[in-house]
Amino acid sequence: MDRNRRSFLKGLACAGATVAASAVPAAASDRREAPADAVGMLYDATMCIGCKTCVVACHEANDLPPDNRGDALYDAPQSLNDRTKNIIKLYQGEGRRSYVKQQCMHCVDPACVGACMIGALQKREYGIVTWDSNRCIGCRYCQVACPYNIPKFEWDSTNPRIIKCEMCNHRLADGKEPACCEVCPREAVIFGKYTDLLAEAKNRLAANPDRYVDKIFGEFDGGGTQVIYLSHVPFEDLGLPQLGEEAVPKMNRTIQHGLYKGMIAPAALYVAMGAVMLRNRRAGGHDEGDES
Amino acid sequence: MSQHQATPVGGKMMTPTVRILLFIFLVGLALIIWRFAVGLGPATGLSDGYPWGIWIAFDVVTGTALACGGYAIALLVYIFNKGKYHPLVRPALLTSALGYTVAAVGIIIDVGRPWFIWRIPISVGKWNLDSALLEVALCVMAYVMVLWIELSPAFLEKWKDSRHTGLANFSRGLSTFMDKALIWFIALGMLLPTMHQSSLGSVIMLAGPRLHPLWHTPWLPFLFLISCLGMGYAVVVMESTLSSRAFGRRREDKMLASLSGVISVVLFLYVAFRLGDLLVRGRGPLMAGEGMLSVMFWLEIALFLVPAIMLAGSRGRARIGTLFRAALMIILGGALYRFDAYLVAFNPGPGWSYFPSVPEILMTLGLVALEILVFILLVKSFPILSGTSPMAAGSKQGVNT
Repeated sequence: MDRNRRSFLKGLACAGATVAASAVPAAASDRREAPADAVGMLYDATMCIGCKTCVVACHEANDLPPDNRGDALYDAPQSLNDRTKNIIKLYQGEGRRSYVKQQCMHCVDPACVGACMIGALQKREYGIVTWDSNRCIGCRYCQVACPYNIPKFEWDSTNPRIIKCEMCNHRLADGKEPACCEVCPREAVIFGKYTDLLAEAKNRLAANPDRYVDKIFGEFDGGGTQVIYLSHVPFEDLGLPQLGEEAVPKMNRTIQHGLYKGMIAPAALYVAMGAVMLRNRRAGGHDEGDES
Repeated sequence: MSQHQATPVGGKMMTPTVRILLFIFLVGLALIIWRFAVGLGPATGLSDGYPWGIWIAFDVVTGTALACGGYAIALLVYIFNKGKYHPLVRPALLTSALGYTVAAVGIIIDVGRPWFIWRIPISVGKWNLDSALLEVALCVMAYVMVLWIELSPAFLEKWKDSRHTGLANFSRGLSTFMDKALIWFIALGMLLPTMHQSSLGSVIMLAGPRLHPLWHTPWLPFLFLISCLGMGYAVVVMESTLSSRAFGRRREDKMLASLSGVISVVLFLYVAFRLGDLLVRGRGPLMAGEGMLSVMFWLEIALFLVPAIMLAGSRGRARIGTLFRAALMIILGGALYRFDAYLVAFNPGPGWSYFPSVPEILMTLGLVALEILVFILLVKSFPILSGTSPMAAGSKQGVNT
């Protein structure tokens, strides 16, 4: 029994060491940058008046049916859902209130893309995260992974799709802006090249330091997002998560790539186990007649 | 030697137990058909906040871990060369094959567009190698096949003597091939669970900030792997004890007693890693003061630690009652760990809640009933279990099951 236990422990210790050893070298920085052609949106909460014109325009531009499930008279979604890719919400904190716009953040290093098995969700042209119906089996891992709770699922459909903002990429092809940016009467949300928008946000912060919380949300958060935010109230109050600067999928990537790089570790383990079994069999360790 | 020879249990097929299981399965089946007619929304308690419910947390994540008996026993018998556990291999493989098959069916019911699943194995160029779920999907598909191949000698043994000459010749030919090739399938049958049981930990690791820090750790894959071994052994103990009672088989007490020494080590290792990791990363204070989650955490630890202590001494191991209670605790502990990681400690933010709908629960029960049903029918007709007393076959004890 003692030998048995010792050899078993040794085996487990080896397995643990393999995990640790292979994960460590891969832990070197692999921070991803936005692609050179990246576009994005800048939402300035101090300028938004909560008119929700962008919500209606988004429904129209994306052929989504109006969400009148709460009240049959109005297109009034309660939150992002299977008919709503963009929404304006009101947050009432202590003292100051603020509107906030929610839609896909188009992360520089998105968790949903890391999750998706055969690349239904991917960063495609302009760094926009889009969904390809031909590659989706409806597993909803993207919903589990997204720290912003963005991808929505058509729960009432027998052939459900994932619904999320794709930055009106069908309009971009015609040289138009995303619908929400085009219709905003206050230019609270603007569309542009990602680098230009970052520069613009920095200018606004520098020009009016008293007006804003001193931070551009999305510049570094969760590895960076192509939709960035300025606000006069703390970003947590707007429902934006505190993610730190590391991209959400990075830990997974480090471990997956460490363990499965070139499939060397699994192949080695396979051959080793086969070899041990062959040796055991030759040594006549136990009855051969009853192999299974 | 004769008690090591696996033989069919025999006896009547349509017993009252089988009838009840069949009924539960048929209710589940009717609901499954309904689920595809109405979509997931009306059929389940799932939402955009809790996109995964008991079908994933129980049927797939816990179900496959419970189905690790075949993996855990094969590891002992073939790698650590403990031939004495050999009689446990076939029944363990059968529970594994059924458990994984049912998990695969569970996935088909759970995903929204199962008619595209076939694209996963063939879309090699599109594989996202960052995705732990892809790894799980490919491994589980392969492992279901490998398990039935590993088990095939049990079927071939019976068919060799079939009156149907075609089937008999085919089985004899295949048996000869399997004798030589089986070792490489067995090796695959150990590699694949090592890969995907750890990857089931990686899968929920990606929830990152939404998974409570008492559960979120880079060691999730390792913790999932060793806990599935403990669960696999516990299931073998349960299955062996229950089969011996249900089918009037000779109990394999001695073997189970020495096996539980191994279980004890695995459990201690899990607890040491779990606690050590939290302490090293400065998350010790979270063990208290997180309300319900702290309670769940300690409940998990207790369900691993108590059986580890119970099975540590040779006196506890020798008592079949103690063994059985310990095995039950390990199964509950492992299941709770998985439920917590996938559901309880997963926080999608304010405003979301999940509780499984009645149809969701009934569909799961239907699948579990199917699993037990097929187990009973197969051990009655094929040489799976060892140590039959010839009296037991067809005796009242057998018929009762």
